Amino acid sequence: MAQGRRIRIMVAKPGLDGHDRGARIIARAYRDAGFEVVYTGLHQTPEEIVEAAIQEDVDMIGLSSLAGAHKYLFIRTVELLREKGAEDIVVCGGGIIPEEDIPMLKEAGVKEIFTPGTPLGVIVEWVEQNVKPR
Amino acid sequence: MNEVVEKVVAGDVRTVARLIRDIDDGVPEVREILKALYPHTGNAYVIGITGAPGVGKSTLVDQMVTHLRKRDKTVGVLAVDPTSPFSGGAILGDRVRMQRHSMDQGVFIRSLATRGHFGGLTQSTRSAIDVLDAMGKDYILVETVGVGQDEVDVVKSAHTTVVVVIPGMGDDIQAIKAGILEVADIFVINKADREGTDKTLSDLRLMIDMDHKKYEEGSWKPPILKTQAVFDKGVKELLEEIEKHGKHLIESTGGLHVRRKKEKVRDELVEMVKSRLYEEVVNRLILTGEFDRAVESIVEGKLDPYTACDDLVIPKLDL
Ligand SMILES: Nc1nc2c(ncn2[C@@H]2O[C@H](COP(=O)(O)OP(=O)(O)OP(=O)(O)O)[C@@H](O)[C@H]2O)c(=O)[nH]1
Ligand SMILES: [Mg+2]
Repeated sequence: MAQGRRIRIMVAKPGLDGHDRGARIIARAYRDAGFEVVYTGLHQTPEEIVEAAIQEDVDMIGLSSLAGAHKYLFIRTVELLREKGAEDIVVCGGGIIPEEDIPMLKEAGVKEIFTPGTPLGVIVEWVEQNVKPR
Repeated sequence: MNEVVEKVVAGDVRTVARLIRDIDDGVPEVREILKALYPHTGNAYVIGITGAPGVGKSTLVDQMVTHLRKRDKTVGVLAVDPTSPFSGGAILGDRVRMQRHSMDQGVFIRSLATRGHFGGLTQSTRSAIDVLDAMGKDYILVETVGVGQDEVDVVKSAHTTVVVVIPGMGDDIQAIKAGILEVADIFVINKADREGTDKTLSDLRLMIDMDHKKYEEGSWKPPILKTQAVFDKGVKELLEEIEKHGKHLIESTGGLHVRRKKEKVRDELVEMVKSRLYEEVVNRLILTGEFDRAVESIVEGKLDPYTACDDLVIPKLDL
């Protein structure tokens, strides 16, 4: 019954690839860390993700992509948030993302990228330190 | 504060989203806003959808939203999922089945975890219903997993409560009898594409028939419907049945404001007072250290818990 804000995170899976195992694993890790996770499922467009994130009043959106369209999908999500005046929602990405794309994604406003093999504990800790309930 | 109220009434999505967050997080200022919003409530039709995990509640809600939108009705959805008792976190997954409505401005979907302040889940969900109501949604659909008392209490504040079961639940139907039968206005056997639907239908019918009080003159006897939510079968009929139940409510209570019916108001107010008292008294006792001191005394054998309880509560209540 502790009073106070709890971190709310949306885990979303943009793009066409049909695997959400990674997204489910990270969702469970977040839950076990005491966060509230809204999961939106597969094949989401950035438009759908941003609209949902606003309705759900989340503090962070975790995007996961395996199919290689991350450049467009991640950046578009950040752009849309900005358009809606919701740029205070932190955007992170995970999945198979080539090292050389990372600087450009970060420049565009994606706050952090977690490449495969990043221990769950490290991700959770990063969230605890970088995402504050708004 | 007035600005928040105005924005909610004007249907501003971000304001509504934030306000529900504040309700959930137990921000004290919310009380004043809810007071000011209350006069703007009472226009939405609230439908509760409850049932065991995985019976297809979210899929059903998704299809109901589609049908209601075809009739140009605006819809709010509150999907409640359990909080992990271990971490306090939660995975709220109902939205997966409803995401196709995400871009529709006539639909507002919100996932809630079963934690909650101001008296727990029941109170915070009711407040969230009030917010969506004030926002102007024509229909509000509330999905809960029908397991605990809390969840059953939530659907009690609906105009119509739909209890969803699936074929082959057998003895489980007996198990739901206890709490849920009383709240069911309509039974749905979802996944009726599966074997055992007719057996479940006759089990349910028998159970309803044996429930004597339902024979009272003019009372509503819960119908049983078959649906196949994934294939959008039976959903239209379900909405028609809900409408019939709504008409019955109006005829028997003189208005849609069932939440202003005396016994409902009494139930809600008792709960509100209970949780407010709890919050005020317990918080204060913890803050002053009295609570921990009493615990210590009991542990050390210096005091019995009965006396401790008297000592803690009586002075606070001026008894
Ligand atoms: N065969 C069949 N499967 C269905 C039907 N309706 C839903 N399902 C499936 O049942 C599964 C669970 O559906 P949900 O709508 O998530 O069920 P729920 O009751 O909301 O589940 P929780 O929120 O986790 O308790 C999904 O895989 C659905 O596709 C149906 O009419 N027939
Ligand atoms: Mg569900």
